[in-house]
Amino acid sequence: MTYLTKLSAAALSELLVSRQVSAVEATRAHLDHVTAVDTDLHAFLHVAGDAALNTAAKIDARRAAGDVLNPLAGVPIAIKDVLATQDMPTTAGSKILEGWVPPYDATVVARLRAAGLIPLGKTNMDEFAMGSSTEHSAYGVTRNPWDRDRIPGGSGGGSAAAVASFQAPLALGSDTGGSIRQPAAVTGSVGVKPTYGGVSRYGAIALASSLDQVGPVSRSVYDAALLHDVIGGHDPLDSTSLTDSWPSMAAAAQAGLKDGALKGVRVGVIKELSGDGFQAGVTQRFTETLALLVAAGAEITEVSAPNFEYAVAAYYLILPAEASSNLARFDSVRFGIRVNPDSGSLTSEHVMSATREAGFGAEVKRRIILGTYALSAGYYDAYYGSAQKVRTLIQRDFAAAFSQADVLMSPSAPTTAFKFGEKLADPMAMYLNDVTTIPANLAGVPGMSIPMGLAPEDGLPVGLQIMAPAKADARLYTVGAAIEQLLEARWGHTMLSQAPALTPTEMFASEEGAV
Amino acid sequence: MPKAELMDFDRALELFEPVLGFEVHVELNTKTKMFCGCANEFGSGANTNTCPTCLGLPGGLPQVNKKAIESSIRLGLALGCEIAEHSRFARKNYFYPDTAKNFQTSQYDDPIAHDGSITIELESGRLVTVEIERAHMEDDAGKLTHMGGATGRIQGADYSLVDYNRGGVPLVEIVTQMIEGAEHDAPEIGKTYVAAIREIAKALGVSNARMEEGNVRCDANVSLRPRGSNVLGTRTETKNVNSLRSVERAVRYEIQRQAAVLAGGGTITQETRHWHEDTGITSAGRPKSDADDYRYFPEPDLLPMAPSRDWVEELRLTLPEPPAARRKRLQAAWGFANLEFQDVVNSDLLDAVEATVAAGASAQAARKWWTGEIARLANAAGVAADSLVTPAQLAALIELVDAGTLTDRLARQVLEGVIAGEGTPAEVVDSRGLAVVSDDGALIAAIDAALLGQPDVLAKIRDGKVQAAGAVIGAVMKAMRGQADAARVRELVLERAATIE
Repeated sequence: MTYLTKLSAAALSELLVSRQVSAVEATRAHLDHVTAVDTDLHAFLHVAGDAALNTAAKIDARRAAGDVLNPLAGVPIAIKDVLATQDMPTTAGSKILEGWVPPYDATVVARLRAAGLIPLGKTNMDEFAMGSSTEHSAYGVTRNPWDRDRIPGGSGGGSAAAVASFQAPLALGSDTGGSIRQPAAVTGSVGVKPTYGGVSRYGAIALASSLDQVGPVSRSVYDAALLHDVIGGHDPLDSTSLTDSWPSMAAAAQAGLKDGALKGVRVGVIKELSGDGFQAGVTQRFTETLALLVAAGAEITEVSAPNFEYAVAAYYLILPAEASSNLARFDSVRFGIRVNPDSGSLTSEHVMSATREAGFGAEVKRRIILGTYALSAGYYDAYYGSAQKVRTLIQRDFAAAFSQADVLMSPSAPTTAFKFGEKLADPMAMYLNDVTTIPANLAGVPGMSIPMGLAPEDGLPVGLQIMAPAKADARLYTVGAAIEQLLEARWGHTMLSQAPALTPTEMFASEEGAV
Repeated sequence: MPKAELMDFDRALELFEPVLGFEVHVELNTKTKMFCGCANEFGSGANTNTCPTCLGLPGGLPQVNKKAIESSIRLGLALGCEIAEHSRFARKNYFYPDTAKNFQTSQYDDPIAHDGSITIELESGRLVTVEIERAHMEDDAGKLTHMGGATGRIQGADYSLVDYNRGGVPLVEIVTQMIEGAEHDAPEIGKTYVAAIREIAKALGVSNARMEEGNVRCDANVSLRPRGSNVLGTRTETKNVNSLRSVERAVRYEIQRQAAVLAGGGTITQETRHWHEDTGITSAGRPKSDADDYRYFPEPDLLPMAPSRDWVEELRLTLPEPPAARRKRLQAAWGFANLEFQDVVNSDLLDAVEATVAAGASAQAARKWWTGEIARLANAAGVAADSLVTPAQLAALIELVDAGTLTDRLARQVLEGVIAGEGTPAEVVDSRGLAVVSDDGALIAAIDAALLGQPDVLAKIRDGKVQAAGAVIGAVMKAMRGQADAARVRELVLERAATIE
């Protein structure tokens, strides 16, 4: 039943709805594939096999009883470990939360369950979503299915790798500065950061509250849209959740498949997100894609966003500042690990210090220290205050750009997947990898990454980023689906069908044993 | 500092001018907490009123309680404050185990209310206007209980327990401007100011305003300025002074202590101080400088608020009569002497007396019952007087006394019946058979029997020795089981003694 894992969520859904395939069969096929490949890839931190099969059996029973279920009922899904799940450990990739099982579900998780999706497990990530490579996970790296010596992107490397390696057709991610889109780009999958406030953050372990947004990860634009429709919409438990009623993203994606969907669409190409620092193959595929768009009737204009230059700097003040406060609660008192100091008295202060010293990784400590400093009396105006002003300027840049264009485009990341360790010693190099994705978070606008080819020089996936005005998420799905269709028609296949076949790890083991 | 080393209060005032400031926390009595749906309830089992948000669990997010905003605005208006057109929450970052998120969600730059004042009247009749700098909203911390030590304090404790039921309960912190010119009245100003805040909060109905339950908590700032100097002295902040009398004592103590330190050539450390109710002294807490860095920044999980002017004006219309004005009006209407009125106010029975009068009782009778028998019973039972009977029940009881149906002594028995839940006063009178026997026939029969049974007494009465009637009256009252009007019995005894054969 390997073929079941190769299906899109939409295709699998059709088989489930018509009862040609049971949810138990679909779930077992994916769990078998996880067993076969994930010891090597390590996309999952936790696999809930029994619970998934039980849930699937219940879905089958309900469908057999004639209940009308969400079309995605019975489709397996992987959940980033940043989201609270009451039946699975939730660690956010950190030692400090090792073994913690929340007493509640994040709103998006509750909505998945209500729709009948089957949670397979929790996916690896950079600790507290701080990173662009998943190398900062306290539980080891996740390997890129395209090249096991390379990073799967980050922070949501686990979700992207799980989807790209066919361990799950869908996954949830969270995107603070690109943590959904950049992993999608470097693994050849699709990832969407919705409009800020479009999807509930309740139960998503906060990195930077004003930037975080939960979103879908998938292998096609339409699949992402289906998942977006399940998780999106107002949640009274998240005060920053928008009260708007949203159009169907799935319908928007379908609209993109019609002839002439791109005709007259004004595409703004951001001048500042090109040139120096962009890998040649990335630029080449981007230029080719734009040519394809022109041929399909889109109008390309170059737009300038002069303040994007300051985006990374502003981001690395706002994010650490908010994170330093959000991560204060990890103190050993109510949940998570507790570490007593080697010497000295066991005061709460000493125990908190020892716990945080042992429980947080180096990158987390670096950002807490940066943020604490940026918020300090006497520095606030110069750092946090100035960064907020830059944020306003970037929002104005977007407003100006969107007055000339319906959507904005850039490469999703300046490079293809880099090798493990390549940027670990140089935080600035790591931070700059998110130069393309950070502006959307600072402005709260939605962004999507879809694959646009392989870079000729290394044969690795390259992502196209599409951005739309706030609340115009549907436009992303229409345009994204249209471009995806054009590209796949030109290639004659989907991007991920070209990923190297993964060898089951059991075979590695027996081969080694045979030596 | 032992009390013996304090400087004499009058001497301290000769050398120094006290400058005061108060931060009063008022706990709002909303049904649910400030930022989540958990019950705001005193006395529940430890950690039962909690959820991911108020426990600070990973992923928890705040939602603003609209009722708390409304109460804060009403409190701000009652303090004569401006209500901000734009207000927002800010995070006050510090680590402490009773603060689940390790930051308090408070307000910094943009408090909901600012720039108000209230005028308080001292016992001497002196009026003092206290300027209010701001009133801001924040969430309360949980409660720590230190276990294993001898004192219940953190020093010497083996471990501490924390109950987060109070964590996230809405507070309004009211901060005064510096109060100068207090002079000898400084301690009384402290007490009277806090009493006024408490009274306003109670009148608005926004807080239960019980200091003994921590609904109103006061931090008292005191500094001394040497006479002739225009430089402010270093201040101390005495935390959590939780009764009116303690506020008065703590301010007095700090004036005397600081004066002794300064006169001895010492310096005052800017610090928080703990108030010790038992010994009546303060002790050093933690150093507190103006540079204390809480790394405030706007709370990104909550949207800024913009209370509409229409809403604010609507709320202004709901404000009750200011308590000070109400007191003046009621005292005049009831004709109470100052001491009588103070007794009512201090016993927290103003509302009860007012409602009883409204139900038809005379003011004096209402006062007498509430501050007398009912207060006594409440005190014995350890409950609030107004929880025992309703003003309507008391008014009905008083009416029975006024009509002569009950004597005071019988009325006290009826009151016990009412408190015991036996029904209305009239029902208790019926069921217990307590009405005054006003049937002269029954009385005359009893009197005749008594007179004839004691011929010597009858002879004495007939001889004009009227005081001898007492023995007969006693016997009659006993025969009637107390249910007779003694005055009427006396009349009839004299009448029958003259005519009986």
